[in-house]
Amino acid sequence: MLSYTLKRLMSAVPTVFIIVTLTFFLIRLAPGGPFDLERPLDPLILANLNRAYNLDASLWSQYLTYLGNLLQGDLGPSFTRRDFSVNDLFAVGLPVSILLGSLALSLAAVLGTFFGAWAALRQNSAVDYAVVGVATFGITTPTFVVAPLLSLFFGVVLGWLPAGGWSQANPIYWVLPVVTLALPQVAIIARLVRGATIEALRSNHVRTARAYGLPTRVVVGVHALRAAMLPAVSYLGPTAAGLLTGSVVIETIFGIPGIGRYFVQGALGRDYTLVMGTVVVIAVFIVLFNLLVDLIYAWLDPRVRFD
Amino acid sequence: MKRISILPGLLAAALCLPGMQASAQVLMRGNDTDPSTLDQHKTSTVAEANLLRDLYEGLVTQDAGGDVIPGAAESWEVSEDGRTYTFKMREGAKWSNGDPVTSDDFLFTLRRMMTPATAAGYASILFDIENAEAVTKGEMEPAELGVAAPDPQTLVITLKQPTPYFLELLTHQTGKPLHQASVEEHGVNFTRAGNLVSNGAYMLESFVPNDKIVMKKNPEFWDAENVQIEEIQWIPFEDRSACLRRFEAGEVHVCSDVPAEQMAYMQDNLPDRLRIAPYLGTYYLPVKTTKDKFADPRVRQAISMLIDRQFLADEVWQETMIPAYGLVPPGIANYVDEPPMLDYAEMDLLDREDRALELFEEAGVDPADLTVELSYNSSENHRNTMAAVADMLSNVGIKSSLNEMEGTGYFNYLREDGDFDIARAGWIGDYSDPQNFLYLNEGDVSFNYSKWVNEEYDAKMAEAAQTLDLDERARILAEAERIYLDEVPTIPLLYYSSRALVSDRVSGWEDNILNNHATRWLTLED
Repeated sequence: MLSYTLKRLMSAVPTVFIIVTLTFFLIRLAPGGPFDLERPLDPLILANLNRAYNLDASLWSQYLTYLGNLLQGDLGPSFTRRDFSVNDLFAVGLPVSILLGSLALSLAAVLGTFFGAWAALRQNSAVDYAVVGVATFGITTPTFVVAPLLSLFFGVVLGWLPAGGWSQANPIYWVLPVVTLALPQVAIIARLVRGATIEALRSNHVRTARAYGLPTRVVVGVHALRAAMLPAVSYLGPTAAGLLTGSVVIETIFGIPGIGRYFVQGALGRDYTLVMGTVVVIAVFIVLFNLLVDLIYAWLDPRVRFD
Repeated sequence: MKRISILPGLLAAALCLPGMQASAQVLMRGNDTDPSTLDQHKTSTVAEANLLRDLYEGLVTQDAGGDVIPGAAESWEVSEDGRTYTFKMREGAKWSNGDPVTSDDFLFTLRRMMTPATAAGYASILFDIENAEAVTKGEMEPAELGVAAPDPQTLVITLKQPTPYFLELLTHQTGKPLHQASVEEHGVNFTRAGNLVSNGAYMLESFVPNDKIVMKKNPEFWDAENVQIEEIQWIPFEDRSACLRRFEAGEVHVCSDVPAEQMAYMQDNLPDRLRIAPYLGTYYLPVKTTKDKFADPRVRQAISMLIDRQFLADEVWQETMIPAYGLVPPGIANYVDEPPMLDYAEMDLLDREDRALELFEEAGVDPADLTVELSYNSSENHRNTMAAVADMLSNVGIKSSLNEMEGTGYFNYLREDGDFDIARAGWIGDYSDPQNFLYLNEGDVSFNYSKWVNEEYDAKMAEAAQTLDLDERARILAEAERIYLDEVPTIPLLYYSSRALVSDRVSGWEDNILNNHATRWLTLED
């Protein structure tokens, strides 16, 4: 197991390297640059700026410089937020995104599993139809609709929760963003778990367990659900990476200083280093969570073996 | 249902938690967006200007109504030829760390602005200072800039030619002073909270990107006793609807802009808090005066009369624009109290139509024979505006067609004498002075899209440029605008407006053409 984990970690390095290289050159293909403004800059001023940010060097040497700095953990200066380095921005933003993402993920996993299993055990009952109906609604309603509605209802009409804003110290600011982030995931997980549970309940090993006369609690809880968790777990890997690296929609609507917005703001402002930084962070998260999923798989399903 | 019962408990807990509402001393101000930097020489946006206005005080500054008043300089003298400004620095003015504000700080600042390595994007706004352009180009040393500090209390600025609106130029954020010692000590990091030393009513407490910028009242500010608000939290709202929601929830006291698609809702529900004020900009229709069919001013005047500006402002632009009957926006600095206007501004539309028909007849033009092509750059509002204008012209039988052009190249087409009949254009002033609008009609200016040449007009403008007495100059500029309005080479349609939401707990907010609202003039009531 340990050697497998190490091997997987080692293979992640070239993956991230390829992503970094592709992104570095792709983003330079986009027209425009970080200092193109509505009112064009004096060529002399532009030349001074390009020199200050090393943009006058050849692309190849810029790439090597970037890789060298990246190896030392330096993501470079931001072009559009000139008072900060990309590291500064992430040092503030990443903990916020991770906090919100992990809360939303936990909420989604718990509620999704619960409702999915509940619906499966009462298949074709009112509960089942309600869960499937609400879940379909939850999957199809985009967060840019849900977020303003929740903010309007709980923040403006009822006045129970802040309509927006952020405080790391005050959990009432976390409620609406976490709920909005979690809702579509609850719906998706509930549907996955429901389907898998129905299938597991009909499987041979569950029938055998019932034949042994085990109590339903054990049959469902230990034998059926454990198998039913597999599709949800494999879904949760990339989802977790996505949730923990922030959401541009939710951050914009609720005014949250996470890192989700940097990807879009960086791309629109041609902030090369900021875009590279977000790509690196997201890539690392995806690689890590895929690995985590594989390990959890092995623990959940003894049939999975690593050589 | 048992699982769900956790939510009401959480909400109940939330209600008991303190700190949800800001205390009375803290002003929550929405801003358009985050600044790209707080280094005044590298800023360009309105959002950055809003922040720097509270942090720094320039030689001159603006009162709540946007008029120029003494700032870090308590008085100044202008030489006979209008080229030398001698500023006397304010006694007792201090930086937030207690250092005195001296003329050397301004000397340092202006030289830094013009130094090529600084790459100041807005340096050109002070190119009227002697040698400024040459220094920026690296042809001269910064020491040769026309600025001197003979003693710590005196600053002398020499201009390359008389510039009657020079004080207006000095109010721009790019000319706000820097604290030399901290800039030299911290280098590029001088803008960080903890390093930044300011001389305005507030000082920087913290800056969390995409979250907020917190400013605290500066106890060293010379007028601190008259500054009411203790703390400002500037919140960036790229999503204007989010600001509206938080405003309605009482979490934000001021929104710097509003969601245009919800104008009707705000007019119905927040009428006394929605502030719409004329802004320093005009939306107008250049007419190609070199074409035979538009050569007669009476034809142009008749077309202008037929246009129902109120309809355009209310229906097409949802009251985000204001009807215009002149080129210079109302409330501009250095102008006459009652600027000239088109004389049919108050006239009933049907009477205007009759009058227009008379003018066509006098000019010997049958409107039914007149065809007009209306050109505009792609935008839904421009298209709707021109479609409405076409409809208004058809009331007297004028046939018009619409010609939509892609944004890129449109203004080049206008500048380079493109073959249009009537086009749309807009102008946002760089500084608050009528000259910045009226010069658009001078014969040799590239922005003169109508190619109208009037010697009398050009002579008035030249005379104004040489007139140092501001009242006399204003009178001459008004005469020029009168000539323009009699000939309407371009048809003024609308003035741009600024929109804001201001809580009824905030007092001291005065609508002004620059949309400048420094927090030092505001008060927050309980």
